[in-house]
Amino acid sequence: MKGMEELVDLYFRPGRLPHLWCPGCGNGVVLGALLKAIDAEGLEKDDVAVISGIGCSSRASGYVDFNTANTLHGRALPISTGLKMARPELNVITLSGDGDCSAIGGNHLIHAARRNIGLTLVVFNNSIYGMTGGQYSPLTPRGSRATTAPYLTIEPSFDILALAQAAGATFTARATTYHVPILVDVLRKGIRHEGFSIIEAVTGCPTNYGRQNKLAAPAAMMEWQKEHGVMKAAWDKLDEPAREGKFPIGVLYERTDLKEYTKAYDEIIERAQAGKEAASA
Amino acid sequence: MLKFYTKRCKGCGICAHFCPRGVLEITELNKSAIVPGKENDCISCGQCEMRCPDYAIFVKKEGA
Amino acid sequence: MSRVLLMQGNQAVVEGAIAAGVRFYGGYPITPSTEIAEGMAKRLPEVGGKFMQTEDELAGIGTVLGASLGGVRAMTATSGPGFSLKQEMIGMACSAEIPCVIVDVQRVGPATGQPTSPSQGDVMQARWGTHGDHWLIAVSPSSVPECFDLTRRAVELSEKYRCPVILLMDEVIGHMRERIELPDSYEGLAAARRKQPDVTPEDYLAYADTDGSKVPAMADFGSGYRWHVTGLVHDETGFPKGTPAATKNSQDRLRTKLEDHEDDIVQTEHYRTEDAEIVVVAFGGAARTAYEVVDMARNEGIHAGLFRPITIWPFAERAVRELAEKTQCLLVHELNCGQYVREVESAVQGRASVRLYAKYDNEPATPDELLAEIREAEKTIKGAK
Repeated sequence: MKGMEELVDLYFRPGRLPHLWCPGCGNGVVLGALLKAIDAEGLEKDDVAVISGIGCSSRASGYVDFNTANTLHGRALPISTGLKMARPELNVITLSGDGDCSAIGGNHLIHAARRNIGLTLVVFNNSIYGMTGGQYSPLTPRGSRATTAPYLTIEPSFDILALAQAAGATFTARATTYHVPILVDVLRKGIRHEGFSIIEAVTGCPTNYGRQNKLAAPAAMMEWQKEHGVMKAAWDKLDEPAREGKFPIGVLYERTDLKEYTKAYDEIIERAQAGKEAASA
Repeated sequence: MLKFYTKRCKGCGICAHFCPRGVLEITELNKSAIVPGKENDCISCGQCEMRCPDYAIFVKKEGA
Repeated sequence: MSRVLLMQGNQAVVEGAIAAGVRFYGGYPITPSTEIAEGMAKRLPEVGGKFMQTEDELAGIGTVLGASLGGVRAMTATSGPGFSLKQEMIGMACSAEIPCVIVDVQRVGPATGQPTSPSQGDVMQARWGTHGDHWLIAVSPSSVPECFDLTRRAVELSEKYRCPVILLMDEVIGHMRERIELPDSYEGLAAARRKQPDVTPEDYLAYADTDGSKVPAMADFGSGYRWHVTGLVHDETGFPKGTPAATKNSQDRLRTKLEDHEDDIVQTEHYRTEDAEIVVVAFGGAARTAYEVVDMARNEGIHAGLFRPITIWPFAERAVRELAEKTQCLLVHELNCGQYVREVESAVQGRASVRLYAKYDNEPATPDELLAEIREAEKTIKGAK
C-alpha cells in the first residue's frame, strides 16, 4: 500500500490543499482512507466516479482527481444511480453526510438499498449539519445540543446501517476516524462488493457538534470514538447492558446471493429483445 | 523522521495527542512541530500521519 | 417506407424519444403523462436502453442527469405537481449544463388540480420554475405527429446547447389519438451527440468556450476526461468560483449561449397572417382550434390569421414584434387565466392592441367560442377606425 503522502500527490487535484474543512474535522481522515482503499483495490482514476450531495463532507468530490460531481442536497444517490445505469463498468462511489443522506435524501437511500444497485455509499456521519452551523440531523444522538435544539434533542436517531439493511442493502459496515485501518478495510470491501454497499464513517465535527456538546477538542472526539466503537466480533459477545451507548464497527452485514441491479436489468434487455414480454414471474 | 507540510496544518492537535512519545506539540503559531529536545524520540509508529485530517504530517521510515 | 398509425400524443413522444436516441428514462407515474413512462418501459429495453421507475419525481430527473453525465441521451416526463418537484434539479441542469429533456403534460392546477383536464397553466413555470436567473428551452407540440417531431427536436436542442429542454404538452395533446405516419426504421434519426472535446484530457476545460459558440464541449464520465460538476457558481475549469467577475461571466455565457442562437432555436408558424388584421397567438393544444376558426372568420370577411410559437421559450420576441408592426390586434388565446399574454404585451409595446382570450374551465375552446372572440376583436378594431 502506498503511503499517504504519495496518495495525496497522486489523487488530489493540484492546488486543492489546504482543504476547507475546519481544524480537527475528521472528513480529511475519511477521504484519506477512501484514497487508500481505491488505490489498494487497484482502480484506475478514469474508472472511478465520485458523486456527492451537499454539505461539508460533500465538498470532498471536488478535491480528488476522478470523474466527480458535487450535486444537490440529498440527491447524490439518484444521480449516482443514473450514472451507474449509463455506465455500469464505472466504480461509482457516493459521498454523503448524515443530514444529506438520512434526512433530505432518506427516500433515495432506502430505494437505492432496495434495488441493490452497485454503488458504494460512504456516509460521513458527524452527527450534525456542519455547513449551516450546527443543527441536529436524524443521526444526532438524542439529548445532544444543537443550534436548533437549544433545550437538547428529543428525537431518537436512526441507526442508518440497520435502516439500510432493512431496506435491502447487501453490505453494511461502520468504522471511525480513530479506527483508520478498519475504515480502509471496510471501504475496500465495500468497493469490492457487487451490490449496494453502505459504509458509515463516524467522524468528528469539533466546531459545530463538539463545541455544543463538551467535545470541543478534536482529539477528544477521536477518543470518544475509540471508547465507543467495538469490533463486531466483540460486540456480538456483549449483552444488552454492556452495549449501552456503544456501537459496533467492522463489516456488519454482507450477502452476495442477490443480483446487482444493472446486471438484473441486462436480463430485462435480453427478454425485451427476444420479443417476449415477461409472463408474470 | 517526520515531514511537515506546515501550510496544510491547522493546529488541531490530533497528532500531538496520539503521539505515544510526546514528540509533538502545537506551537504558538498554531502549527504542529517537534518538541525541542525530542528530535530523536520518534519511533515512526505512524499514529500522527494516520489521523491527521489535513495530510500535514508524514512519517518517513529510515532508509525509505 | 413508413407506417400509418392511430396514436396517442404520449405514445408519439415515446417513439420520438426512441428515434432521437434516448436510451435512458427515469420517472414517476403521474397523470396525464403516465403513458410515456409505460411506453418507455416497454420500448427502451427493446433498443438496448434502460428505464427506471424511480422512488419519486426528484429521483426521476436525478437519474436522468446522472445518465446524461455518463453520455447517454436521457429523458423524464411528468405533470404539474411533479414538474414543481423537479425544479431544483432543472436548475442544476442549467447551471452545470447537463443535457436532458423534461416532458410536462400539463393538467389544471395548482396542487392536485384536475389531473385529466387540459391546461397551459405551467407555461411560466416552464420558464421560471427553478430559482435564480437561468436560461432554458421549451417547445410545445399541437398535434400527435408534432409530438414525435418535437420530442426529437427537444433531444437535439438539449444536446446541442447543453441545457434542459422542456417539452410542454397539455392533457389534450397527450391523450388525443390522431393519425401519424412513422418511418419503419429510425436509422439516421438520432439526435447529434453533444460536442466532444477536441483536446487531450490534460488540456480539457469542461466549461471553456473554445469555439466561440458559447457551448463548451462535454466529455462523458468514464471516457478518460476527468472533470468536475458542481451546482455552485463555477469558472471555466468547472470548480467553484464566486468572485463577482466569475459570477457575471458565468451568467453572461449561460444567457448568451441561447440568445446568440435564437435563429436556430426559436421556431414559429404563421398561418394566413400575411394580410391579417387580427392574429390569434396560441401554442400547443390551444392552437388546434385556431386553424379552423381563422378559416371561418375569413369566410365572414374578417382578416384573421394565426401565429403559433412552436418554441415557446426563449420567447419569439422579434417575430411577435414584427407581427405587431403589420397587424392591428393580437388575440392571445391560452388555457389559463393569462400568462403568456404578458410576454406578448411586453414585446408588442403598444404597436398593436393585445387582447386575451383566457380559457380556464377545464375545456379547450370550441371553434364557436374562439370565433366569437375574433368577432369581438373585429368590432373593437372597426369601432376604433
